[in-house]
Amino acid sequence: MDATRLFVAAAAILASASAGYAADAPPGANSCSGCHAASPNVQTPVPPLNGRPGAEIVSQMAAFKSGGRKGTIMDRIAKGFSDEETRAIASWYESQK
Amino acid sequence: MRPSRRQFLKSASAAALLPTPAIAQGAGPKVVVIGGGFAGASAARFIKKGSAAITVTLVEMNPTFTACPFSNGVIAGLRPLRAQQFNYEKIADAGVSLAFQPATAVDAQGRSVTLGNGTKLPFDRLVMAPGIDLRWDGMPGYTEHDADTMPHAWKAGEQTLLLRSQLESMADGGTVIISAPANPFRCPPGPYERASLIAHYLKTRKPKSKVIILDAKDAFSKQRLFQSAWAQLYPDHLEWVSLSKGGKVNSVDASTKTLTTDFGEHKADVANIIPPQRAAAIAQTAGVADRTGWCPIDPVTFESKLVPNIHVVGDAGIMGGMPKSAFSANAQAKVCAAAVVDLLAGKTPAEPRLINTCYSLVAPDYGITVAGVYKPKDGVLADIEGAGGVSPIDAPQENRVLEAQFAEGWFKTITGEVFG
Repeated sequence: MDATRLFVAAAAILASASAGYAADAPPGANSCSGCHAASPNVQTPVPPLNGRPGAEIVSQMAAFKSGGRKGTIMDRIAKGFSDEETRAIASWYESQK
Repeated sequence: MRPSRRQFLKSASAAALLPTPAIAQGAGPKVVVIGGGFAGASAARFIKKGSAAITVTLVEMNPTFTACPFSNGVIAGLRPLRAQQFNYEKIADAGVSLAFQPATAVDAQGRSVTLGNGTKLPFDRLVMAPGIDLRWDGMPGYTEHDADTMPHAWKAGEQTLLLRSQLESMADGGTVIISAPANPFRCPPGPYERASLIAHYLKTRKPKSKVIILDAKDAFSKQRLFQSAWAQLYPDHLEWVSLSKGGKVNSVDASTKTLTTDFGEHKADVANIIPPQRAAAIAQTAGVADRTGWCPIDPVTFESKLVPNIHVVGDAGIMGGMPKSAFSANAQAKVCAAAVVDLLAGKTPAEPRLINTCYSLVAPDYGITVAGVYKPKDGVLADIEGAGGVSPIDAPQENRVLEAQFAEGWFKTITGEVFG
């Protein structure tokens, strides 16, 4: 099991070395664009994540998780991600244009 | 199951290191995707986006895609069918080859897909996203022909319009009956959203009429939220009959629009029969469906547990805690796409996290949701405990209005990502 985990972690690091497309997104990040439109052409009240400061995404996710920020649905989704996972997703979105 | 997955991964990695025929010809790896719905179209697009060197061919019978999510709004006269329809031009512009043909055979050993016109498409990896077939042996008395009289409207398009036109021509005072199947089936909250929006139509246009759900289950998705909203909005226009109250329809007679349960006969003016389902026939042909009729997959790569080098995403799969929804299909496809790109490059895919979000409209300005976050556990996609769940039962009315607006935003976003 430990060997598998190490292998997976190593693969994740290798994968993140060539950022820039969805195949290299950290775990969970690909799901966000189901609601947070990647294209600026889509008209939706849900704010985009691409290019948004990572620290802001991290703090908002923490607020949703703690109940400090009320949401309709993000409070339920934020609870599914660890702080570490959230940080990886946030910094990846910050790097997306 | 773990050893077999490792074997797949090992053999996949080994294969990627050896010169396969495609690579030997300098052509780059080939991926074929069967099915151009939310799952397949997403997979094709994201594999190509992940690696331009991969030749991706999307096999889909119909050049126009008609989306099921929001099609209950079409039935209730709230939106036109064309708002549900999309084409594949932008997917072609993204570099995906399109074959508007049925897939008639899959040779897993020889790695090729045969199309209706006889063309054989070779593949290094195949992604199957064929969606569902209605089981015509699943509801006694209900044949494919009877769908012209008692529509299922569980595949959007002509059937959606037929159910709408039947509602429009029904006299006030009529009874609409929806037969809802046992689990699992496409879009678990779908029958209840449909009943809600039909009740909305009846209440506003034909107030002496009623919709009845005859259910083969005692519990359903977002049940408390639906029932609370029904009590508030449609006390005289909607009735749900559970399995234990005699709701399970045992047979139907299309000539008289009669539905028979253990407790008696129900005569409908408009009958909507949602029959049991299974993975579409090509999944059975390819050998990726098991005895349940659905396709078991590895939760990291979405590779079939039955046939190596074939991946399955979307409604056809056994996705553990993830429901058969468009959001799930799209999320799975993106994870699968990344895994296919990694595997073809000889890399090991990372353990994924996936999200599902399902919006349902109880009325045009009344939305409710269920959400979940998932990770592989013990060989299946399992709910991450403490996350997800449904909209709060005591949420203020403004949240229902907001969730209805977000529902519309979700539809634009997901169709934009896949087809735009």
